Amino acid sequence: MSRALHDAATGTLFGVALNYKGLLEQRLAEFEQAPYQKPPVKPVLFIKTPNTRNGHGQPVVYPQGIERLQAGPALGVVIGKRASRVSAEQALEHVAGFTIVNEFSLPEESYYRPAVKAKCRDGFCVIGPELVPVAQVADPHALDIRLFINGEVRQQNSTANLVRGIPQLIAEITEFMTLHEGDVLITGTPEGRADVQPGDQVEIEITGLGRLANPIVAEQEAH
Amino acid sequence: MKHARIRFEGAVHAVTVEAENAVRLADGRLIGESLVEWLPPATGSMFALGLNYADHAAELAFTPPTEPLAFVKSPGTYTGHNQITWRPDNVKYMHYECELVAVIGKPARNVKREDALEYLAGYTVCNDYAIRDYLENYYRPNLRVKNRDCTTPVGPWIVDVADVPDPSKLTLRTWINGELKQEGTTADMIFDIPYLIEYLSSFMTLQPGDMIATGTPEGLADVVPGDEVVVEVEGVGRLVNRIVSEAEFFAQYNKEA
Repeated sequence: MSRALHDAATGTLFGVALNYKGLLEQRLAEFEQAPYQKPPVKPVLFIKTPNTRNGHGQPVVYPQGIERLQAGPALGVVIGKRASRVSAEQALEHVAGFTIVNEFSLPEESYYRPAVKAKCRDGFCVIGPELVPVAQVADPHALDIRLFINGEVRQQNSTANLVRGIPQLIAEITEFMTLHEGDVLITGTPEGRADVQPGDQVEIEITGLGRLANPIVAEQEAH
Repeated sequence: MKHARIRFEGAVHAVTVEAENAVRLADGRLIGESLVEWLPPATGSMFALGLNYADHAAELAFTPPTEPLAFVKSPGTYTGHNQITWRPDNVKYMHYECELVAVIGKPARNVKREDALEYLAGYTVCNDYAIRDYLENYYRPNLRVKNRDCTTPVGPWIVDVADVPDPSKLTLRTWINGELKQEGTTADMIFDIPYLIEYLSSFMTLQPGDMIATGTPEGLADVVPGDEVVVEVEGVGRLVNRIVSEAEFFAQYNKEA
């Protein structure tokens, strides 16, 4: 992780689920049924606990005893100034810049209960490689996101397809919960998460934000 | 012994708590409670348990879970003893939840339940308020219900493990304006603290300062601005909080910031 990002992104890591149109739309029929009853009204949020923090070039551990692990390419928004009850129009004034997040998760069959076991494992939130200031990104809602596994493109989308864009997310979240300087908002992972295996090299590229790379390694036997 | 974090004359101190809740600073000074602002005694992540009392699960018309239902809270939702919490305008039901909290003292990974207490810094109390109007069936209960600004009072202090000989036999009580509204016992917990430490540490490393809020028994009720809400866990602590309106809260909250 570059020094600037290391200093800037020290707070809580907040994730947004179901924030790509393609992902939400493919589940809409299911979301009319039990246990959901109706599609989500407000942003569906989760927390990546501090033990999940990981950096560019660092190994991501494939835990023993799990069947599948998936990468989670996402645009990360780093908060630069405390945001409580800010409007969408003012939201970007509270942003320090953008970065890439690889929000690793076990596959999610259901969105009914909090996904702690799937998402809060050690090293499951890679952030980097650097913080790109807001002013250097012309339109954060027009960035290509590409996931590579061993050099091959496995997932591709655009931040144009976010259900809620960054200003709207910040406005809706800060209505009830302050975003503090250093907090990171993980704006969502598109549909089509790809499985990774020990030995894989996983990379995410987002237009103008660089390339975030990590090797997947098997968990060592406990002694 | 009781350990707390307080603010005194603008500075944050780690203190021990003595008779009549006077606090002893690291430099030896003893400060009376009236001069002290109580802060949350720990600031790690909080893993809060849903439906962890059989009677409460029945009250909400749920079958008791077979695996712990844990959700995560972040430090912005914590507030200290004797502080205020806001009730949003135009909601029908905001309720308290009196809970025993286990505080982690050292990194815990793959800990067996028989060893679990060695990883604790001690116990505290929380009031895990919820706004039921905002419940949706996605990552339920989601952050809008459970991770609101200053809506999880924690404290007043951490009590040493050795000072709570049997955490599975503690009475929990909640009062609104002096009237007893909730009473239960930790004996009715479905998953106890050693089990929860084994469960969480089986897939992640618990960090010093992380907290496990162990759930609440039946007996919930609505709270409104002006109410004084007291939650108490026998032998651990009595945590006081006052409910204010949205307007009153934000006038103060965003002025201090």
